[in-house]
Amino acid sequence: MTWLGDHLGDVLGLTVQHIYLAGVPLILGLLIALPLGWLARRYRGLYPLLIMGTGLLYTIPSLALFIMLPLLLGTKILDPTNVVIAMTIYTVALLVRTVADGLGSVPDDVNQSATAMGYKRGRRFLSVELPLAVPVISAGLRVAAVSNVSIVSVAALIGVSQLGSLFTDGFNRNFLEPIIVGVIACVLLALLFDGAILGVTRLATPWQRAGKTAS
Amino acid sequence: MINRILTWLTDGAHWQGDDGILRRLAEHLGYSLTALLIAALIAIPLGLYIGHTGRGRFLVVNLVGAARAIPSLGLLFLAVLWLGPKFSGDIAFLVPAGLVLVVLAIPPILSGAYAGVEGVEPDARDAAKGMGMRGTQVLRHVEIPCALPLIMSGIRSATLQVIATATIAAVVGLGGLGRFLIDGLAVRDTPQTASGAVLVAALALIVDLFLALVQRSVVSRGLTGRYGTVPTVDAETGVTPPAPVLHHSA
Repeated sequence: MTWLGDHLGDVLGLTVQHIYLAGVPLILGLLIALPLGWLARRYRGLYPLLIMGTGLLYTIPSLALFIMLPLLLGTKILDPTNVVIAMTIYTVALLVRTVADGLGSVPDDVNQSATAMGYKRGRRFLSVELPLAVPVISAGLRVAAVSNVSIVSVAALIGVSQLGSLFTDGFNRNFLEPIIVGVIACVLLALLFDGAILGVTRLATPWQRAGKTAS
Repeated sequence: MINRILTWLTDGAHWQGDDGILRRLAEHLGYSLTALLIAALIAIPLGLYIGHTGRGRFLVVNLVGAARAIPSLGLLFLAVLWLGPKFSGDIAFLVPAGLVLVVLAIPPILSGAYAGVEGVEPDARDAAKGMGMRGTQVLRHVEIPCALPLIMSGIRSATLQVIATATIAAVVGLGGLGRFLIDGLAVRDTPQTASGAVLVAALALIVDLFLALVQRSVVSRGLTGRYGTVPTVDAETGVTPPAPVLHHSA
Protein backbone atom coordinates (compact mmCIF):
# COMPACT_ATOMS: atom_id res chain seq x y z
CA MET A 1 0.00 0.00 0.00
CA THR A 2 2.75 2.47 -0.89
CA TRP A 3 0.28 4.44 -3.02
CA LEU A 4 -1.84 5.16 0.04
CA GLY A 5 1.22 6.34 1.98
CA ASP A 6 2.11 8.81 -0.77
CA HIS A 7 -1.44 10.10 -1.19
CA LEU A 8 -2.72 10.06 2.37
CA GLY A 9 -3.36 13.82 2.32
CA ASP A 10 -5.37 13.61 -0.90
CA VAL A 11 -7.43 10.71 0.40
CA LEU A 12 -8.19 12.57 3.62
CA GLY A 13 -9.25 15.66 1.67
CA LEU A 14 -11.56 13.57 -0.50
CA THR A 15 -12.93 11.89 2.63
CA VAL A 16 -13.83 15.26 4.13
CA GLN A 17 -15.56 16.23 0.85
CA HIS A 18 -17.41 12.90 0.94
CA ILE A 19 -18.54 13.41 4.54
CA TYR A 20 -19.89 16.84 3.59
CA LEU A 21 -21.71 15.63 0.46
CA ALA A 22 -23.28 12.61 2.21
CA GLY A 23 -23.76 14.10 5.68
CA VAL A 24 -25.33 17.52 5.07
CA PRO A 25 -28.19 15.98 3.00
CA LEU A 26 -28.92 13.59 5.89
CA ILE A 27 -29.57 16.49 8.24
CA LEU A 28 -31.43 18.58 5.64
CA GLY A 29 -33.44 15.53 4.57
CA LEU A 30 -34.43 14.75 8.16
CA LEU A 31 -35.48 18.37 8.76
CA ILE A 32 -37.69 18.31 5.66
CA ALA A 33 -39.05 14.81 6.25
CA LEU A 34 -40.17 15.52 9.84
CA PRO A 35 -42.95 18.00 8.95
CA LEU A 36 -43.89 16.01 5.83
CA GLY A 37 -44.12 12.78 7.83
CA TRP A 38 -46.18 14.58 10.45
CA LEU A 39 -48.54 15.87 7.76
CA ALA A 40 -48.89 12.35 6.34
CA ARG A 41 -49.98 11.12 9.80
CA ARG A 42 -52.18 14.08 10.62
CA TYR A 43 -54.09 14.12 7.35
CA ARG A 44 -54.53 10.47 6.34
CA GLY A 45 -55.54 11.42 2.81
CA LEU A 46 -52.07 12.87 2.27
CA TYR A 47 -50.28 9.65 3.27
CA PRO A 48 -50.57 7.73 -0.03
CA LEU A 49 -49.96 10.94 -1.97
CA LEU A 50 -46.76 11.83 -0.09
CA ILE A 51 -45.46 8.24 -0.09
CA MET A 52 -46.12 7.82 -3.81
CA GLY A 53 -44.69 11.23 -4.69
CA THR A 54 -41.46 10.73 -2.77
CA GLY A 55 -41.30 7.12 -3.99
CA LEU A 56 -41.34 8.33 -7.60
CA LEU A 57 -38.42 10.69 -6.91
CA TYR A 58 -36.53 7.76 -5.43
CA THR A 59 -36.77 5.75 -8.65
CA ILE A 60 -34.70 8.31 -10.62
CA PRO A 61 -31.19 6.87 -11.08
CA SER A 62 -28.57 9.03 -9.38
CA LEU A 63 -26.50 9.85 -12.47
CA ALA A 64 -29.64 11.05 -14.26
CA LEU A 65 -30.63 13.19 -11.25
CA PHE A 66 -27.12 14.67 -10.96
CA ILE A 67 -27.33 15.71 -14.61
CA MET A 68 -30.92 16.98 -14.59
CA LEU A 69 -30.68 19.10 -11.43
CA PRO A 70 -28.30 21.78 -12.76
CA LEU A 71 -30.59 22.21 -15.76
CA LEU A 72 -33.64 22.64 -13.54
CA LEU A 73 -31.90 24.86 -10.98
CA GLY A 74 -29.67 26.84 -13.32
CA THR A 75 -26.56 25.85 -11.36
CA LYS A 76 -23.24 24.81 -12.94
CA ILE A 77 -22.87 21.07 -13.47
CA LEU A 78 -19.64 20.98 -11.41
CA ASP A 79 -21.31 22.74 -8.48
CA PRO A 80 -21.35 20.37 -5.46
CA THR A 81 -24.70 21.95 -4.46
CA ASN A 82 -26.35 19.75 -7.12
CA VAL A 83 -25.09 16.65 -5.34
CA VAL A 84 -26.22 17.97 -1.95
CA ILE A 85 -29.71 18.65 -3.34
CA ALA A 86 -29.92 15.30 -5.13
CA MET A 87 -28.90 13.44 -1.98
CA THR A 88 -31.37 15.50 0.07
CA ILE A 89 -34.13 14.43 -2.33
CA TYR A 90 -33.21 10.75 -1.87
CA THR A 91 -33.01 11.18 1.91
CA VAL A 92 -36.44 12.86 2.06
CA ALA A 93 -37.86 10.13 -0.19
CA LEU A 94 -36.65 7.47 2.26
CA LEU A 95 -37.49 9.29 5.46
CA VAL A 96 -41.03 10.62 4.90
CA ARG A 97 -42.40 7.11 5.11
CA THR A 98 -40.17 6.27 8.07
CA VAL A 99 -41.21 9.38 10.01
CA ALA A 100 -44.90 8.78 9.30
CA ASP A 101 -44.62 5.12 10.32
CA GLY A 102 -42.52 6.04 13.35
CA LEU A 103 -45.14 8.49 14.57
CA GLY A 104 -47.73 5.81 13.88
CA SER A 105 -45.85 3.37 16.09
CA VAL A 106 -46.50 5.54 19.17
CA PRO A 107 -49.21 3.73 21.14
CA ASP A 108 -52.59 5.47 21.17
CA ASP A 109 -52.97 5.28 24.93
CA VAL A 110 -49.68 7.16 25.34
CA ASN A 111 -51.00 9.96 23.16
CA GLN A 112 -54.29 9.99 25.03
CA SER A 113 -52.51 10.12 28.39
CA ALA A 114 -50.45 13.07 27.19
CA THR A 115 -53.58 14.85 26.01
CA ALA A 116 -55.28 14.13 29.33
CA MET A 117 -52.27 15.61 31.14
CA GLY A 118 -52.88 18.85 29.29
CA TYR A 119 -50.38 18.60 26.42
CA LYS A 120 -51.47 20.65 23.42
CA ARG A 121 -50.90 19.19 19.97
CA GLY A 122 -47.58 20.98 19.30
CA ARG A 123 -46.01 20.20 22.63
CA ARG A 124 -47.31 16.63 22.57
CA PHE A 125 -45.61 16.16 19.20
CA LEU A 126 -42.26 17.53 20.37
CA SER A 127 -42.06 15.99 23.82
CA VAL A 128 -44.04 12.75 23.49
CA GLU A 129 -44.57 11.52 19.94
CA LEU A 130 -41.26 12.51 18.39
CA PRO A 131 -39.04 11.06 21.17
CA LEU A 132 -40.99 7.79 21.09
CA ALA A 133 -40.67 7.62 17.30
CA VAL A 134 -36.87 8.01 17.45
CA PRO A 135 -36.04 4.26 17.21
CA VAL A 136 -38.03 3.86 13.99
CA ILE A 137 -36.79 7.12 12.47
CA SER A 138 -33.25 6.20 13.40
CA ALA A 139 -33.54 2.85 11.61
CA GLY A 140 -34.58 4.70 8.44
CA LEU A 141 -31.85 7.28 8.90
CA ARG A 142 -29.23 4.52 9.10
CA VAL A 143 -30.38 3.08 5.78
CA ALA A 144 -30.32 6.55 4.22
CA ALA A 145 -26.86 7.29 5.64
CA VAL A 146 -25.28 4.12 4.31
CA SER A 147 -26.83 4.42 0.85
CA ASN A 148 -25.96 8.14 0.67
CA VAL A 149 -22.29 7.36 1.21
CA SER A 150 -22.45 4.84 -1.62
CA ILE A 151 -24.47 6.99 -4.06
CA VAL A 152 -22.33 10.10 -3.59
CA SER A 153 -19.39 8.30 -5.21
CA VAL A 154 -21.29 8.27 -8.53
CA ALA A 155 -20.87 12.06 -8.61
CA ALA A 156 -17.26 11.46 -9.67
CA LEU A 157 -18.65 10.83 -13.17
CA ILE A 158 -19.86 14.43 -13.40
CA GLY A 159 -16.56 15.70 -11.99
CA VAL A 160 -17.53 16.53 -8.40
CA SER A 161 -14.59 15.33 -6.33
CA GLN A 162 -14.97 13.03 -3.33
CA LEU A 163 -13.88 9.44 -2.64
CA GLY A 164 -15.48 8.33 -5.92
CA SER A 165 -12.81 10.36 -7.72
CA LEU A 166 -10.38 7.63 -6.65
CA PHE A 167 -12.44 5.15 -8.70
CA THR A 168 -12.39 7.18 -11.93
CA ASP A 169 -8.76 8.10 -11.35
CA GLY A 170 -7.71 4.49 -10.85
CA PHE A 171 -9.79 3.25 -13.76
CA ASN A 172 -8.43 5.85 -16.19
CA ARG A 173 -4.85 4.89 -15.27
CA ASN A 174 -5.60 1.14 -15.14
CA PHE A 175 -4.43 1.13 -11.53
CA LEU A 176 -6.21 -0.95 -8.88
CA GLU A 177 -4.87 0.55 -5.68
CA PRO A 178 -6.78 3.88 -5.62
CA ILE A 179 -10.00 2.00 -6.37
CA ILE A 180 -9.46 -0.47 -3.54
CA VAL A 181 -8.55 2.36 -1.15
CA GLY A 182 -11.68 4.25 -2.27
CA VAL A 183 -13.99 1.27 -1.76
CA ILE A 184 -12.57 0.56 1.69
CA ALA A 185 -12.77 4.25 2.65
CA CYS A 186 -16.43 4.36 1.51
CA VAL A 187 -17.32 1.28 3.55
CA LEU A 188 -15.52 2.65 6.62
CA LEU A 189 -17.29 5.97 6.21
CA ALA A 190 -20.65 4.18 5.99
CA LEU A 191 -19.81 2.33 9.20
CA LEU A 192 -18.83 5.64 10.84
CA PHE A 193 -22.13 7.28 9.88
CA ASP A 194 -24.01 4.21 11.07
CA GLY A 195 -22.18 4.21 14.38
CA ALA A 196 -22.75 7.93 14.89
CA ILE A 197 -26.50 7.58 14.31
CA LEU A 198 -26.61 4.60 16.67
CA GLY A 199 -24.80 6.64 19.31
CA VAL A 200 -27.13 9.62 19.02
CA THR A 201 -30.14 7.30 19.09
CA ARG A 202 -28.86 5.71 22.29
CA LEU A 203 -28.47 9.12 23.90
CA ALA A 204 -31.93 10.18 22.74
CA THR A 205 -33.71 7.06 24.00
CA PRO A 206 -32.67 6.52 27.63
CA TRP A 207 -36.14 5.04 28.23
CA GLN A 208 -35.28 2.05 26.06
CA ARG A 209 -32.51 0.95 28.41
CA ALA A 210 -34.48 1.91 31.53
CA GLY A 211 -37.26 -0.42 30.39
CA LYS A 212 -34.84 -3.26 29.88
CA THR A 213 -33.21 -3.16 33.30
CA ALA A 214 -36.59 -2.85 35.01
CA SER A 215 -38.07 -5.94 33.38
CA MET B 1 -32.81 24.07 -22.21
CA ILE B 2 -36.12 22.19 -22.08
CA ASN B 3 -36.63 23.16 -25.70
CA ARG B 4 -33.21 21.87 -26.69
CA ILE B 5 -33.94 18.56 -24.94
CA LEU B 6 -37.27 18.31 -26.74
CA THR B 7 -35.62 19.09 -30.06
CA TRP B 8 -33.02 16.40 -29.43
CA LEU B 9 -35.60 13.84 -28.33
CA THR B 10 -38.01 14.51 -31.20
CA ASP B 11 -35.28 14.28 -33.85
CA GLY B 12 -36.10 11.05 -35.67
CA ALA B 13 -32.43 10.46 -36.51
CA HIS B 14 -31.63 10.06 -32.80
CA TRP B 15 -34.06 7.17 -32.50
CA GLN B 16 -32.74 4.95 -35.28
CA GLY B 17 -29.57 3.11 -36.11
CA ASP B 18 -26.94 1.26 -34.13
CA ASP B 19 -26.51 4.06 -31.61
CA GLY B 20 -30.12 5.27 -31.68
CA ILE B 21 -32.43 5.49 -28.69
CA LEU B 22 -34.43 2.36 -29.60
CA ARG B 23 -31.32 0.21 -29.89
CA ARG B 24 -29.88 1.62 -26.63
CA LEU B 25 -33.22 1.09 -24.86
CA ALA B 26 -33.32 -2.53 -26.02
CA GLU B 27 -29.75 -3.03 -24.77
CA HIS B 28 -30.55 -1.45 -21.41
CA LEU B 29 -33.61 -3.64 -20.94
CA GLY B 30 -31.67 -6.68 -22.14
CA TYR B 31 -28.83 -6.28 -19.64
CA SER B 32 -31.20 -5.46 -16.79
CA LEU B 33 -33.57 -8.32 -17.46
CA THR B 34 -30.78 -10.88 -17.84
CA ALA B 35 -29.08 -9.75 -14.63
CA LEU B 36 -32.38 -9.72 -12.71
CA LEU B 37 -33.35 -13.19 -13.94
CA ILE B 38 -30.04 -14.70 -12.89
CA ALA B 39 -30.16 -12.88 -9.54
CA ALA B 40 -33.76 -14.00 -8.91
CA LEU B 41 -32.93 -17.61 -9.75
CA ILE B 42 -30.25 -17.53 -7.07
CA ALA B 43 -31.82 -15.24 -4.47
CA ILE B 44 -35.48 -16.30 -4.36
CA PRO B 45 -34.93 -20.02 -3.60
CA LEU B 46 -32.18 -19.12 -1.12
CA GLY B 47 -34.36 -16.49 0.60
CA LEU B 48 -37.34 -18.84 0.77
CA TYR B 49 -35.13 -21.57 2.21
CA ILE B 50 -33.67 -19.26 4.86
CA GLY B 51 -37.05 -17.79 5.74
CA HIS B 52 -38.69 -21.23 5.92
CA THR B 53 -36.01 -22.98 7.95
CA GLY B 54 -34.64 -19.98 9.86
CA ARG B 55 -31.11 -21.21 9.04
CA GLY B 56 -28.55 -18.57 8.05
CA ARG B 57 -30.59 -15.54 9.09
CA PHE B 58 -27.57 -13.61 10.26
CA LEU B 59 -26.06 -14.16 6.81
CA VAL B 60 -28.95 -12.32 5.12
CA VAL B 61 -29.08 -9.46 7.59
CA ASN B 62 -25.34 -8.79 7.40
CA LEU B 63 -25.06 -9.38 3.68
CA VAL B 64 -27.80 -6.88 2.90
CA GLY B 65 -26.32 -4.25 5.21
CA ALA B 66 -22.83 -4.72 3.82
CA ALA B 67 -24.00 -4.70 0.20
CA ARG B 68 -25.67 -1.36 0.72
CA ALA B 69 -22.38 0.17 1.87
CA ILE B 70 -20.33 -1.00 -1.14
CA PRO B 71 -20.18 1.73 -3.79
CA SER B 72 -21.38 0.26 -7.08
CA LEU B 73 -19.11 2.48 -9.18
CA GLY B 74 -16.02 1.21 -7.36
CA LEU B 75 -17.20 -2.38 -7.64
CA LEU B 76 -17.77 -1.93 -11.38
CA PHE B 77 -14.28 -0.56 -12.00
CA LEU B 78 -12.67 -3.24 -9.83
CA ALA B 79 -14.50 -6.01 -11.69
CA VAL B 80 -13.53 -4.67 -15.12
CA LEU B 81 -9.87 -4.11 -14.23
CA TRP B 82 -9.59 -7.49 -12.51
CA LEU B 83 -11.65 -9.74 -14.74
CA GLY B 84 -11.52 -7.81 -18.00
CA PRO B 85 -8.01 -8.96 -19.03
CA LYS B 86 -9.14 -12.59 -18.66
CA PHE B 87 -11.49 -12.18 -21.65
CA SER B 88 -11.06 -10.71 -25.09
CA GLY B 89 -13.22 -8.51 -27.29
CA ASP B 90 -16.57 -7.14 -26.17
CA ILE B 91 -16.88 -9.82 -23.48
CA ALA B 92 -13.99 -8.18 -21.62
CA PHE B 93 -16.34 -5.60 -20.14
CA LEU B 94 -19.68 -7.33 -20.75
CA VAL B 95 -18.96 -10.22 -18.35
CA PRO B 96 -17.55 -8.18 -15.42
CA ALA B 97 -20.23 -5.50 -15.72
CA GLY B 98 -22.97 -8.15 -15.95
CA LEU B 99 -21.53 -9.91 -12.94
CA VAL B 100 -21.66 -6.67 -10.92
CA LEU B 101 -25.30 -6.16 -11.93
CA VAL B 102 -26.16 -9.68 -10.73
CA VAL B 103 -24.21 -9.23 -7.49
CA LEU B 104 -25.99 -5.94 -6.75
CA ALA B 105 -29.43 -7.39 -7.51
CA ILE B 106 -29.09 -10.39 -5.20
CA PRO B 107 -29.23 -8.72 -1.73
CA PRO B 108 -32.56 -6.87 -2.14
CA ILE B 109 -34.29 -9.91 -3.68
CA LEU B 110 -32.80 -12.22 -1.07
CA SER B 111 -33.87 -10.00 1.81
CA GLY B 112 -37.36 -9.57 0.34
CA ALA B 113 -37.87 -13.32 -0.01
CA TYR B 114 -36.43 -14.02 3.41
CA ALA B 115 -38.27 -11.24 5.24
CA GLY B 116 -41.51 -12.17 3.46
CA VAL B 117 -41.47 -15.80 4.58
CA GLU B 118 -40.07 -14.92 8.01
CA GLY B 119 -42.88 -12.41 8.58
CA VAL B 120 -45.74 -14.81 7.85
CA GLU B 121 -48.11 -14.91 10.82
CA PRO B 122 -47.29 -17.97 12.96
CA ASP B 123 -51.06 -18.56 13.27
CA ALA B 124 -51.39 -18.97 9.50
CA ARG B 125 -48.47 -21.39 9.47
CA ASP B 126 -49.86 -23.37 12.42
CA ALA B 127 -53.30 -23.50 10.83
CA ALA B 128 -51.77 -24.88 7.64
CA LYS B 129 -49.91 -27.53 9.61
CA GLY B 130 -53.07 -28.30 11.56
CA MET B 131 -54.84 -28.93 8.27
CA GLY B 132 -52.23 -31.59 7.56
CA MET B 133 -49.95 -29.72 5.17
CA ARG B 134 -46.34 -30.80 5.01
CA GLY B 135 -43.34 -28.43 5.00
CA THR B 136 -43.18 -27.84 1.25
CA GLN B 137 -46.98 -27.53 1.05
CA VAL B 138 -46.96 -24.88 3.77
CA LEU B 139 -44.28 -23.06 1.81
CA ARG B 140 -46.13 -23.27 -1.50
CA HIS B 141 -49.69 -22.60 -0.39
CA VAL B 142 -49.24 -20.32 2.61
CA GLU B 143 -45.79 -18.84 3.01
CA ILE B 144 -45.07 -17.85 -0.60
CA PRO B 145 -48.47 -16.23 -1.22
CA CYS B 146 -48.21 -14.34 2.07
CA ALA B 147 -44.63 -13.33 1.30
CA LEU B 148 -45.42 -12.03 -2.20
CA PRO B 149 -45.72 -8.34 -1.28
CA LEU B 150 -42.21 -8.33 0.19
CA ILE B 151 -40.81 -10.60 -2.54
CA MET B 152 -42.17 -8.16 -5.13
CA SER B 153 -40.83 -5.09 -3.36
CA GLY B 154 -37.42 -6.78 -3.16
CA ILE B 155 -37.58 -7.38 -6.92
CA ARG B 156 -38.65 -3.77 -7.47
CA SER B 157 -35.75 -2.29 -5.54
CA ALA B 158 -33.33 -4.70 -7.23
CA THR B 159 -34.72 -3.56 -10.59
CA LEU B 160 -34.16 0.11 -9.79
CA GLN B 161 -30.67 -0.70 -8.58
CA VAL B 162 -29.87 -2.62 -11.77
CA ILE B 163 -31.29 0.04 -14.12
CA ALA B 164 -29.27 2.72 -12.31
CA THR B 165 -26.07 0.69 -12.28
CA ALA B 166 -26.47 -0.35 -15.93
CA THR B 167 -26.57 3.39 -16.70
CA ILE B 168 -23.29 3.95 -14.89
CA ALA B 169 -21.79 0.88 -16.56
CA ALA B 170 -21.67 2.82 -19.84
CA VAL B 171 -18.48 4.34 -18.45
CA VAL B 172 -16.72 0.96 -18.75
CA GLY B 173 -17.97 0.46 -22.30
CA LEU B 174 -21.38 -1.16 -21.85
CA GLY B 175 -24.17 -0.11 -24.24
CA GLY B 176 -27.60 0.98 -23.05
CA LEU B 177 -29.09 4.41 -22.40
CA GLY B 178 -26.12 5.31 -20.20
CA ARG B 179 -24.12 5.81 -23.42
CA PHE B 180 -25.98 9.09 -24.08
CA LEU B 181 -25.06 10.37 -20.60
CA ILE B 182 -21.44 9.25 -20.59
CA ASP B 183 -20.69 10.16 -24.23
CA GLY B 184 -22.58 13.43 -23.88
CA LEU B 185 -20.56 14.35 -20.78
CA ALA B 186 -17.31 13.43 -22.53
CA VAL B 187 -17.89 15.75 -25.50
CA ARG B 188 -19.88 18.34 -23.50
CA ASP B 189 -22.98 17.77 -25.62
CA THR B 190 -25.51 19.03 -23.06
CA PRO B 191 -28.72 18.31 -25.02
CA GLN B 192 -27.61 14.70 -25.54
CA THR B 193 -26.57 14.26 -21.89
CA ALA B 194 -29.77 15.80 -20.56
CA SER B 195 -31.96 13.83 -22.98
CA GLY B 196 -30.19 10.64 -21.88
CA ALA B 197 -30.89 11.53 -18.25
CA VAL B 198 -34.57 12.13 -19.03
CA LEU B 199 -34.79 8.81 -20.88
CA VAL B 200 -33.15 6.88 -18.03
CA ALA B 201 -35.41 8.51 -15.44
CA ALA B 202 -38.48 7.76 -17.58
CA LEU B 203 -37.38 4.15 -18.04
CA ALA B 204 -36.93 3.68 -14.28
CA LEU B 205 -40.32 5.24 -13.53
CA ILE B 206 -42.19 3.23 -16.16
CA VAL B 207 -40.57 -0.07 -15.19
CA ASP B 208 -41.33 0.57 -11.51
CA LEU B 209 -44.95 1.47 -12.25
CA PHE B 210 -45.25 -1.67 -14.38
CA LEU B 211 -43.90 -3.79 -11.53
CA ALA B 212 -46.30 -2.05 -9.13
CA LEU B 213 -49.15 -3.18 -11.38
CA VAL B 214 -47.74 -6.72 -11.53
CA GLN B 215 -47.52 -6.70 -7.73
CA ARG B 216 -51.12 -5.56 -7.51
CA SER B 217 -52.31 -8.37 -9.73
CA VAL B 218 -50.31 -11.22 -8.14
CA VAL B 219 -50.75 -10.36 -4.47
CA SER B 220 -53.84 -11.85 -2.88
CA ARG B 221 -56.50 -9.29 -2.02
CA GLY B 222 -56.70 -10.77 1.44
CA LEU B 223 -53.26 -9.30 2.05
CA THR B 224 -53.36 -5.94 0.31
CA GLY B 225 -55.49 -4.44 3.05
CA ARG B 226 -52.68 -5.10 5.48
CA TYR B 227 -49.72 -4.29 3.26
CA GLY B 228 -48.63 -0.67 3.32
CA THR B 229 -49.67 -0.07 6.91
CA VAL B 230 -47.34 0.68 9.75
CA PRO B 231 -44.55 -1.92 9.96
CA THR B 232 -44.32 -3.84 13.19
CA VAL B 233 -41.59 -2.69 15.51
CA ASP B 234 -39.45 -5.20 17.32
CA ALA B 235 -40.34 -4.56 20.96
CA GLU B 236 -36.90 -5.41 22.23
CA THR B 237 -34.61 -3.51 19.89
CA GLY B 238 -37.08 -0.91 18.73
CA VAL B 239 -35.96 -1.63 15.18
CA THR B 240 -38.28 -2.19 12.26
CA PRO B 241 -37.62 -5.34 10.25
CA PRO B 242 -35.57 -4.72 7.11
CA ALA B 243 -37.73 -3.06 4.48
CA PRO B 244 -36.27 -4.13 1.15
CA VAL B 245 -38.01 -1.22 -0.56
CA LEU B 246 -35.31 0.99 0.83
CA HIS B 247 -32.40 -0.61 -0.97
CA HIS B 248 -30.82 1.63 -3.54
CA SER B 249 -27.22 2.57 -3.96
CA ALA B 250 -26.51 3.76 -7.44
